[in-house]
Amino acid sequence: MRLKRTGDSGIFEADLTPMIDMTFQLIAFFMVIINFAQTEQNAAVELPVSSLVKAPDEPFENQVIIHLTEKGRAIISGQPYDIDQLDDVLSRRVQGLEITQYRVSEAMVVVRADKYARAGDVQRLIKKCQQYGFEKFALRSEGISDPRWTNLRG
Amino acid sequence: MKIRHSTGSGQDKIELQMTPMIDIVFQLLVFFVMTFKIVAQEGDFSINMPQASPQSAPPDQVEFPVLKLHLNSNGGGILTSMKLQDENFGTDYRALNDRIIEHIGTDSGPGSNQETAQIEIGFDADLHYEYVIGAVTAVSGYKQRGGKIIKLIEKIQFVPSSGGAAASVAP
Repeated sequence: MRLKRTGDSGIFEADLTPMIDMTFQLIAFFMVIINFAQTEQNAAVELPVSSLVKAPDEPFENQVIIHLTEKGRAIISGQPYDIDQLDDVLSRRVQGLEITQYRVSEAMVVVRADKYARAGDVQRLIKKCQQYGFEKFALRSEGISDPRWTNLRG
Repeated sequence: MKIRHSTGSGQDKIELQMTPMIDIVFQLLVFFVMTFKIVAQEGDFSINMPQASPQSAPPDQVEFPVLKLHLNSNGGGILTSMKLQDENFGTDYRALNDRIIEHIGTDSGPGSNQETAQIEIGFDADLHYEYVIGAVTAVSGYKQRGGKIIKLIEKIQFVPSSGGAAASVAP
């Protein structure tokens, strides 16, 4: 850091301008890339990978995010449930959609299932949602370029 | 920001008090650094799956025979084999992808096999979900080196061992 002697007093003053410039740039960088969408995520779920998925162009208008853990527990809004005990929470969601005069069949159920979850549990979860009129599902995966999973050609 | 007149030398020199600002700025910086987390990009296979799952098209409108793929597990959730029609691909997604390309070709557009092709994916209930997504990836397309995604089969139906619903899948 550049030190500058001021006058005849013998006091050295640090030139703080470059440091402040860099600090503000770092703050601006972190503010721009901070991902508030992490609230949709759940540490208990490790997504399967796929080379073909792409992030949605815009967030779904009405979505219900359901995490499914390896043990087959469904998590909605941070609360774990057994798949067979989702009736209350799903019926509340349906009521909420009906209040806003939104068609349940147009709402998107985002299934964030763990890659080690049983495929049969995913199917049970989807069936349970279907019972309440949900028709659109988004099977969420993690984008990756692992050659085992990437159909890279050309 | 507090501005203090320096009267030491008798001149009207204004001295900015930088310390509080730097304190706050560093606190902000530390906050962002501590909360920073690199997150892999996520995406969806969007599927349309009504409960009463009728045939997605009347038989006379289906121009391409429905392919059937079954994923078998070893009882512990590990994929042991994939059978497309009666052909066994083991666990080789690339070979499966090659065969799908052979079946429907790479032509796209109205009336092409790609547009009308359908596949039913069945799986053992205890199979790990990642293998289902792997199979969906293998049959639904591939990515060229430039990053362009070439779609293959878009109409994918899930047929679980319990005989459940059908789904149209699109990445």
